[in-house]
This record gives sequence, C-alpha cells and structure tokens, in this order.
Amino acid sequence: MSVNTNKRIVVVGNGMVGYKFCEKLIAKAKSDQKFELTVFGEEPRAAYDRVHLSEYIAGKTADELQMAPLSWYAENDIRLYLSDPVVDIDRQRKEVRSHHGLIVPYDYLVLATGSGAFVPAIAGVEKEGVFVYRTIEDLDLIQSHARKARRGAVLGGGLLGLEAAKALLDLGLEEAHVVEFAPRLMPRQIDEAGSGILQRQLESLGLNIHLSKSTQQILGGDTIEGMQFADGTVLDVDMLVISAGIRPRDEVAKAAGLETHPRGGIVVDNFMQTSDPAIFAIGECALAHQMIYGLIAPGYEMADVVAARLTGEEKEFKPYDMSTKLKLIGVDVASFGDPFVEEPACRTITYENKAKGIYKRINVTPDGKELLGGVLVGDAEQYNMLLQTCKNKTVLPPDPEDLILGSRGGEEAGAGVMSLPDDALICSCEALTKGMICHEITENNHTTIDSLKKATKACTGCGGCAPLVKDLIQGTMKQQGLYIRNIICEHFDYTRQELLDMVKMNGYRTFSEVVEGLGKDDGCETCKPLVASILASLWNENVLEKGRATIQDSNDRYLANIQKGGTYSVVPRIPGGEITPDKLIVIGEVAKKYGLYTKITGGQRIDLFGAHVSDLPKIWEELIAAGFESGHAYGKALRTVKSCVGSTWCRFGVQDSVSFAIEVEERYKGLRAPHKLKSAVSGCIRECAEAQSKDFGIIATEKGWNLYVCGNGGSKPQHAQLLATDVDKETCIRYIDRFLMFYIKTADPLTRTATWLNKMEGGMSYLKAVVVDDVLGIGEELEQEMQTLVNNFKCEWKEVVDNPELRKRFNHFVNAPEEKDPTVQFDDMRDQKRAKEWA
Amino acid sequence: MELIADKKDRITWHLACHQSDVPEEGGACALIEGKQIAIFHFTRRGEWYATDNECPHRQQMALSRGMIGSQQGEPKVACPFHKKTFSLKDGSCLSGEEYKINTYPILVKDGLVYIGI
Ligand code: SRM
Ligand SMILES: Cc1cc2nc3c(=O)[nH]c(=O)nc-3n(C[C@H](O)[C@H](O)[C@H](O)COP(=O)(O)OP(=O)(O)OC[C@H]3O[C@@H](n4cnc5c(N)ncnc54)[C@H](O)[C@@H]3O)c2cc1C
Ligand code: SF4
Ligand code: FES
Repeated sequence: MSVNTNKRIVVVGNGMVGYKFCEKLIAKAKSDQKFELTVFGEEPRAAYDRVHLSEYIAGKTADELQMAPLSWYAENDIRLYLSDPVVDIDRQRKEVRSHHGLIVPYDYLVLATGSGAFVPAIAGVEKEGVFVYRTIEDLDLIQSHARKARRGAVLGGGLLGLEAAKALLDLGLEEAHVVEFAPRLMPRQIDEAGSGILQRQLESLGLNIHLSKSTQQILGGDTIEGMQFADGTVLDVDMLVISAGIRPRDEVAKAAGLETHPRGGIVVDNFMQTSDPAIFAIGECALAHQMIYGLIAPGYEMADVVAARLTGEEKEFKPYDMSTKLKLIGVDVASFGDPFVEEPACRTITYENKAKGIYKRINVTPDGKELLGGVLVGDAEQYNMLLQTCKNKTVLPPDPEDLILGSRGGEEAGAGVMSLPDDALICSCEALTKGMICHEITENNHTTIDSLKKATKACTGCGGCAPLVKDLIQGTMKQQGLYIRNIICEHFDYTRQELLDMVKMNGYRTFSEVVEGLGKDDGCETCKPLVASILASLWNENVLEKGRATIQDSNDRYLANIQKGGTYSVVPRIPGGEITPDKLIVIGEVAKKYGLYTKITGGQRIDLFGAHVSDLPKIWEELIAAGFESGHAYGKALRTVKSCVGSTWCRFGVQDSVSFAIEVEERYKGLRAPHKLKSAVSGCIRECAEAQSKDFGIIATEKGWNLYVCGNGGSKPQHAQLLATDVDKETCIRYIDRFLMFYIKTADPLTRTATWLNKMEGGMSYLKAVVVDDVLGIGEELEQEMQTLVNNFKCEWKEVVDNPELRKRFNHFVNAPEEKDPTVQFDDMRDQKRAKEWA
Repeated sequence: MELIADKKDRITWHLACHQSDVPEEGGACALIEGKQIAIFHFTRRGEWYATDNECPHRQQMALSRGMIGSQQGEPKVACPFHKKTFSLKDGSCLSGEEYKINTYPILVKDGLVYIGI
C-alpha cells in the first residue's frame, strides 16, 4: 500500500516561474503521485510572458502574452486564486492566509514571488507621471500618460532601462532620454568599447543619453516637470520610468522568519530549500549561490529542480550561466561567459566597425585553445555558436579571430552548430540538448520551427535559441540529403537575387527565355510571378506583352484585383490624394454607368468595386480620357504616396507636403518591386500623413526633409527608421532612388522593406552606409538604373485600351464575348451593392 | 494535334473557339451547352487541356484565369483566389485537399478547338 502524504502543494506567486513549476510538476508526476495544487497570484491575471512585456506596447494583447489559458489550470485541477496575495505564512500549522482571508494548509510551500522594481529614495518619486516597468498594469498607466506627454526619460541605462526607453520611442514621445548613474550603458553586461558603440547606435535612433548623472530630485507640483541632478543641471520631462534595478519580493518570507539576505532575497541551498525544509523559493525572489538571477532561464531551471525533488528525482541547481542576447531598439547586444577578463589572464581579440556600428570582442585562453567569453554589439549573429563553443569548451580553430570575422575564404570557422556535441544545451529555458532536438527532427519528423515548438517547447521561452534551432533543422536535413538551399521552387535552383543578376546579365525578357536558360520544366505559380516581377523591375516593359500576361499573378494579368464572386476592382491613381472636383465627377459618372460600388480607400484614393472583366477596358477608356492613370493597386508595385495638406493651408505646416508627395508618386508610379511599396509625406512633425509607417516616408522640417525608411502597417506593424535628416528635395530623391533600387535588387520575393531590413546583416547602420555614405560605390549606378525605369514608364491600362489584341483578353467567355458571367451575383447594402457571400 | 481522350465513343464534340483565342501558356473560358469550361494551351509542352471553370473551394468561376505550370512533371492550374492547385490531367487537387474538378477531352484541328462532353 503506498500512501502519498506530501501531496498538498501551495505556490505563492503566479509569475513565469511559478507557472513553469506547475507545468513541470504535472509533467513529472508519476501515475501513483497525486498532487493537490493551489496557486495564489497577486496580479489580476494569470501568468504571462514578462520577458516579452514590451510587445504589449507594440500591439500584442494581454491574452496573446498569457502563458496558458485559465482552462489549462482547470483541466489540471489547479486551484488558482488571482488578485489574492498571500499575506501570512504560519509555519507551525503549515498553512498560508491570503488577503481575502482564505486559509490553505500545505505539505510543501513554493515561494515564487518574483521581484519588484527597485525605486531609489529620491525626493519626488511619488509624483504623477513617475512609473515603473514590470507588469501589464504598469504599461497601461504608462501608455495612457504618454498620450499627454511630450518628453520622457528612463532612470537606468541597464538592460531593462533601455527596453523601457524603446517603449517611450514606440509610444511616440517627441524626446526620449536615458539617465544613467554609471559612466556607461549596460555596465554589468558589456565592456567600455561595446558601450560606446551601443550608445552611438542608440543616439542615431533618436535617444538622448546622459551618463554619470546622479538624480537628486524630481521636480514639479503634483505631476513631474523635470529632474534635478547632483551636478546642478536640470532635464525637463513630463514623464519618467524608473528602471534602476530589481528588489526581490521577500517580505512575506521575512515576516515568517525565513532567512533572507540583508540586500534582499530568500536564501536557498542548492535544492532551492529555504531555512524551513518544507518551504522552497524559486525565481527572482530566491538568492542562490549568493546571487539573484534576474533572467528567465535560471528561473525555469530552479522550477525544474523543485519539481524533480517533489516527484522523487535528484537534481541540483548549479551556478548558472548569465550569458544574454537581446535586441535593444533594433541593436543586437550580447555577452557570454566572462566578458571582462583582461590580459594576461587571456588573449583578447576585438573587431570594431564604426560605420556599421559593430563591435565584437572575444577572450580566449592564453594558449588560444578555449573561448572564455565575449561581447557582441551591433551584430550578434554568432552569439549562439560562440556561447556553445564557450560552454562546451570546444577546441578553437587555429585562427580564433575567424570566430568573429567569419573565415575569409576556406571552410566555415568552428564548422557551425552541427559540430557541437549531442549534449550541448541549445534551449536553456526548457533544458533541451542538441541530441534531443535532432531526435525530434529525424525520428518524429518535426522539420519546421512551428512543429518543433509544439513538440518540445523549444524557442517558446526567451526565444533566444530560435536561430540555433533553425540551423539545426537545416543542418540535420542537409545531413540526410533532404534540403540544400533556400531556392525559389522546383524549377529554379537559385535565390531571387541570383536569378535577378543572371536575367540581367543575359538580357532575358520573356519567361520562356528565363526558364530555358536558367530553369527546368514548365514553371509554376511560385516562380512565374517572381520572374514577372524581376522582368518588370529590370526593364519596365508592359507586363502583358511578349507572352508575359500569363506569368503574372492573376491580378496583374487583368490589371485589377479579383474580388469575391469573380468581379474586379478599379483603382485610378490619385497622386498625393489630391483630386479636382471635375475628376471626382468623372469617377462618380463612371461608377454609376457601370454599376460599381465606391469607397474611399485607406490609401487616400477611390476604389470602384464589382466590375465585370469585360467592362474593365471600357471603364478605363473613360477614366483615361479624363486624365486618370492606373493606380497599380493590383501589382507588387508603388501604391500610394499619401500626403497631409501641409503648408499651403495648414497653420503648422513648414513645407508643401502635397506638392512633394505628388512629385514622389509621379516619379515612382508603376515601379515593380519584390513586394508592394507605400510612401507618405507629412508637412510637419505632427505627422498627419503617417509617413513613419511607410516603406519610405518623408517629414518636413524647418530646414528640409527627414527621410524614414522600412516601415509598414499590415499584420506586423513596424515603424520606419530615420535614414537622413534635413536634406533638400534633390538629395532626398537621390537617396530614395538608391534605397529602392538596392531593395529591388537584393530582397527575397514577397518581402516588404521592413522584413528585408530585419534580415540585413548590420541592419540600419549598414543600409545607411550603402545609401548615404555609398560605401559600396554603387550609388550612381543605382540612380541611373532607377532613372531608366522612370523614363520607361507608360500607363499599362492606356496600352491595353489602345491595343485590340490585348483588349481581346478581357472577356469572360471566348466564344461569347458579349456575355457576362451569369454566376456573378450581388446583394444590396446602404444604397449600393456588395458581393454575394461565399456559399 | 492528337486527341487526348479515352472515352472516344460516347462523347459529342463541340466547337469551342479558335486556337488563337486561348492565350499561350494560359487559359480561357468557353460556354458550352450552358456549361463553363476552362481551356488551357500549355504551349511549352504542346498540350491542350479542358476542365471545369468552377473552383470547388469557394465555387468561383475562375480556373481559366489561373496560372498553369507543373509539379514533378504533372501539369497543373492554380486557382487565382486562394491558390489551390489541380492536376490538368485528372482534376485531382495537388495542394492536398479533398477537392476534384472534372476534366474533358479536347481536340485541336485546323486551328479550331473542340471539347468533348
Ligand atoms: C482597398 C484597400 C482597403 C480599403 O478599402 O481601404 C485595401 C485592400 C486590399 N488590401 Fe490592403 N488595402 C488598402 C490599404 C491598406 C493599408 C493602408 C495604407 O496603405 O495606408 C495597409 C497597411 C499599410 C501597409 O501596407 O504597410 C494594407 C495592408 C495590406 C496587406 C498587408 C501588407 C503587409 O505587409 O503586412 C495586404 C496583404 C499583402 O499585400 O500581402 C493587403 C492586401 C489587400 C488586398 C489586395 C487583398 C487582395 O488580394 O484582394 C485588398 C485588395 C482590394 C482591392 O481589390 O482593391 N493590404 N492595405 C486599401 C487600398 C489602398 C489604396 O488606395 O491602394
Ligand atoms: C520588461 C522586462 C523585460 C525582461 N526581459 C528579459 C529577457 O529578455 N530575458 C530574461 O531572461 N529575462 C527578462 N526579464 C526578467 C524575467 O521577466 C524574470 O526573470 C521573470 O519574470 C521572473 O519570474 P518570477 O516568476 O520569478 O517572477 P515574476 O514574473 O515577477 O512573478 C512573480 C509573481 O508573484 C506575484 N506575487 C508577489 N508576491 C506575492 C504574494 N505574496 N502572493 C501572491 N503573489 C505574489 C507577483 O505579483 C508576480 O505576479 C525581463 C523582465 C521585465 C520586467
Ligand atoms: S484588411 Fe483584409 S479584408 Fe480588409 S481590405 Fe485588407 S485584405 Fe481585405
Ligand atoms: S476559390 Fe479557388 S482556391 Fe478558393
């Protein structure tokens, strides 16, 4: 007979680590082990992903951040009390009492109370407009205050502080400041040279950084108005986020007489046991090996240790590696192993590229055999490899500098992730080794990141292992001869960029030439539109001629977007959104005559829906006669250049944004690209045209124009970044020419500019170096190529309307050209028509 | 151009259109006995195919406007709406769903295209 006596477990704190403990305990419990789990959480919601808290500001919802839905707790018989903190532990009677007065007995108590923001005792911290950055509620408060604020500061230039600063930028504050007490940023993670590069990068993105500043007082009445520093200077701000470190939540433990550290933290041994053997502490509230581990991976490991213990396994918490990699405001920062060792205890190799904003340092043993640690700023692509090399004490290649420089000629240094031993830890959050992941790939056929995530939970914690896991998938499949390269499709063994270069070199102008010269078989719906786009970007000839019609995506083939039911939409170009009353009347008349539904689009123009394919040429004939041109709403091409009214009418406008928008739209209209392109021009910093959400956006300044690039809306919005400041119109156009041509020539298919930039090595500083500083020396060539395309522009709808052969293709029935598709049906709605709902 | 059909004896041939009415490497739709038939001229392969014009996914009359190509040598058409692909030979759905379209015998003679129903 087996009686399980230690079955009642109470968890205090439903944060990331408390949650992970429940998950692990359930997973590890043997069939004869039944636990009664009760969880108290102080926050109003169930555990969520605090590591990705900032994504809440970028638009993720609280639900999306949740670690597990409430139903998960119910399904696993966990009693979860939210908004109800534990206030008292009675160690004699072994029970806890909650704020609402619940008394729950325990056999084992697990404290996972995490930590709170450390708020230094500065006069005035209680003022309105002063925040911390820890919970969803904090972010709600910050967000609502930011609406009425213009200048914000963050106190603390560490990891969390810089993340909070990014949030301030994202919230659209005019000025964002970082105030740091130390003489440099992130003093605990990276060395001085690295801090310097990081600072310059962050400044170029619009952050103001103040170092060696000790804040004495927060100024203002009820609400903050500024900060006063010890050196007598003052910074005017109307909001402040304090991010000066963390303070473990040990108050309940302390009151219960458990041993705590004078500087905070519940003292635990290697098994996470506190001074009371029935009580454990895990996560950020626990002080293990004399330190608080303020990162998620060691927290999860602690949860694992306790779950193992309670299910009868032996496991110890070993001193944990504090290596980290982060993307701070778009700048990669990583440190691993021992970043700070100095010669002669090691040999230090550094690489610095100021133009690209890159700094790399590795510390190797004096005999050059092992990697001790290092720092990466601006480009941390090699982080995972270096970390594994360091942890596994892999013997280094004869020229250790290859590790950070990439080998110049010859084989890849260190031979990549596939050379790691099977027990190399890949995902530290979930303790997954290379062997375990490869097993899932080869034996269980989980060959995509998504299915591996589901199967193993890899990449679901901090996400830092994702690149390594991707490499493992590729490497493993390659070993099995399954996958070789990122190629277009079965018909072309090239990447888009390679194909573009070769089409250009060979001067091919039709799909047949391309597939015969460079591909095989017949092509398909993946490669045909891609080749169509390349041909258009290279030569800008009519997309429907020379047999090119049938390689266009269906929308390009009919120069219109297909709608539900099989009719099409008509979108005439209205450059800059400016239109005369006469032209408005023509649109109205055409719409009436052909029975079209009309709507103002999100792109400042008018869409006419519900056109039968055979009416398209007639509709366009009338529109063209009235001076309209194709709006290319159907193409992977320039869509709209939105404008705000600007200085011609607006009392704030500093430049004529409408005229410039029209000029820009006229220049790039019809330009085909790997994906669609959108632009906007605003007349002042109020930004009514939303230029910072565009592939390229222009904002007027007193002195000229600021050019932003690589933004987009859509499902994953991303703000555009500043490329050039206060330039005149001519320079602005030159930079756009170079930027667009560089994008067209190097982007993967169907990749918007933002995604293209995200994948670009060196990121924004590299793009700037190419476009503004012309480090590759291709500026002039790019401008000329663009000029050729601009010169070749013809309205493709006009060409169709004037060409009977092309026009003939716009019928539903070849053998009954007059007849319309009888299956097309409409319903009525608000005095117009709409497409009939799908069956 | 030879006949691509097996059930030779029970079919009636209908004149659909001129060869030049169908774009090279593409399709067109003909109205035959009240039925919408998609006709494809796979010029590269010197082949002609006829199928339903209706895509079974959302009952859209659009397959003739789809893009043709091949997958492991099998000729196929992709619906312009949601890119489901169908074999031009037997009408089976190649993008892994339970749909199927009808295919029809087709004959091209003296520049004229006939469909057998
Ligand atoms: C008509 C319009 C909605 C409206 O009624 O306002 C519209 C309609 C469509 N959008 Fe859009 N988008 C329209 C403005 C936008 C905007 C707003 C803007 O441009 O300021 C956005 C977000 C901004 C952006 O793109 O950065 C937008 C983001 C998208 C996306 C997501 C793109 C992304 O990168 O995530 C798609 C899908 C795609 O392109 O792959 C899309 C795709 C589509 C398609 C083409 C879907 C399709 O294939 O049928 C719709 C075609 C309708 C048609 O026949 O014209 N539409 N679409 C707007 C036309 C603007 C114009 O005058 O050309
Ligand atoms: C903005 C931000 C970014 C971060 N980025 C990273 C990163 O990139 N990488 C990384 O590794 N780490 C990062 N961290 C740190 C990481 O989030 C923490 O290490 C982790 O959340 C700690 O988990 P925890 O469960 O110990 O504490 P928490 O997640 O803080 O959870 C503790 C919970 O217990 C509750 N609680 C406290 N007292 C009681 C009580 N008496 N009764 C009931 N409930 C109580 C608290 O309200 C809280 O909900 C970041 C943290 C923040 C704030
Ligand atoms: S948001 Fe979706 S539904 Fe609306 S127009 Fe764009 S693509 Fe169509
Ligand atoms: S209607 Fe054809 S794929 Fe959806």
